[in-house]
Amino acid sequence: MKTWKRVSTPLSYDDVSLMRSGDRFLLSGIIYTARDRAHERLRYMVLEGKELPFMPAGQVLYYVGPSPQPQGRIIGAAGPTTSYRMDPFTEVMLKTGIRGMIGKGKRDEKTRALLQQYGGVYFSSYGGAGAYLAKRITEARVIAFEDLGPEAIYELRVLDFPVIVINDIYGGDLYEDAIRK
Amino acid sequence: MTKRIINTDKIREEVIRLTYQANFILPPDVEASIDSMIKGEQSPGAIETLKVLKENSLIARTEELPLCQDCGAVIIFIEMGQDISLEGAFIGDAVNDAVAEAYKKYYLRKSIVSDPLNRINTGSNTPAFVHCDLVPGTVFRLTVYLKGGGSENMTSLRMFRPTDPVEEILDHIEKVVVQAGPNPCPPVYLGVGLGGLADVAMVNAKKAVLRGVGTRHADPYYADLELKIMERLNKTNVGPLGFGGNSTVGGVFIKEAPAHIASLPVALNLNCHSLRFRTVEL
Repeated sequence: MKTWKRVSTPLSYDDVSLMRSGDRFLLSGIIYTARDRAHERLRYMVLEGKELPFMPAGQVLYYVGPSPQPQGRIIGAAGPTTSYRMDPFTEVMLKTGIRGMIGKGKRDEKTRALLQQYGGVYFSSYGGAGAYLAKRITEARVIAFEDLGPEAIYELRVLDFPVIVINDIYGGDLYEDAIRK
Repeated sequence: MTKRIINTDKIREEVIRLTYQANFILPPDVEASIDSMIKGEQSPGAIETLKVLKENSLIARTEELPLCQDCGAVIIFIEMGQDISLEGAFIGDAVNDAVAEAYKKYYLRKSIVSDPLNRINTGSNTPAFVHCDLVPGTVFRLTVYLKGGGSENMTSLRMFRPTDPVEEILDHIEKVVVQAGPNPCPPVYLGVGLGGLADVAMVNAKKAVLRGVGTRHADPYYADLELKIMERLNKTNVGPLGFGGNSTVGGVFIKEAPAHIASLPVALNLNCHSLRFRTVEL
């Protein structure tokens, strides 16, 4: 088992070039949420040549639809959603300069190849640990698509947010390695 | 036979209470199952992951954060004695009012859209998906069962030939669970519907888990089969959240039913590690 290392966003190519599948990181800094509907809209904006609601270069996307914010809290439960649903949008996002994605579950073959091609890393956090992960989020605000409710884009500030590298830029795949053993 | 009267307002109150419990308090049998997996794990990484799940349940319970941001589709199972007489509002309305109230009051995510293609969120997590069985007597058993989308999407139904050997069914089950891998948030609680028609098998795969984690099937043949499936799946090394380990499955629950001479449906309902349901008898 590898030890936890700290890393801050945004991520540079040098940062991700040092990451290998199975590496474990405590991520700090700003990340942006986006799931199915937000990706649909982001892709449309890119294709239309519109400016995105955040500067994508080096940023990390978090596939999550948090539960509503209870009074006196920063955010509701906020664990990762299943990532393969975002596979069709990944190339567009990587082209904008997105460097990392956090979700849970397998990516398709094409997405894994795109990560190698564009220099992007796919992380998993702890699926189904929404309450636990909410405690690693220190700020949250909606910056776009408020009408989508839980599918809006949030800018989150995270502190020591645990992520594990599933797919690195060298074709490594933690899930495949696990079942090969 | 005397009739027993239940006011649907009571059902409404109970649905709210059970919805709260299901979302915030991991059932004790599921907690115990995670503890036993921690003891049986060989992989330090898997132990750490299972401990995170334990901590998640502690935070959910003590700080009133939902166990998962996917607060699920609400499935309601009702077993109603034929000597029960309902009074008050229509039971379907009572149930849906309760779900809407609970999801608003407790800051739970509303994940239901009104139409599969046009996809407008109903904003209330309704409708609940209700199954009602009539039984003899005056019993009224109510279950609130939450199902997240990630695990529900890994559902499988396959119609086997009646002459296919059991071994082929086991191969199939292993294939489905390994193929699903990390997606349904393992350790998985696997409901298996065997027999019936396609729809019956599917519903039985859901009902099967209501028996309770850690219980054995009443029929020794199926109890052995469950054990065999579980041992086999726990050798795949999918592990907790797919990161590797020997806790891929926390329980296997078969519910069998009579079938057509031509058919052998096998339905698989994969539940995530956060197996969330609560039952009450009124």
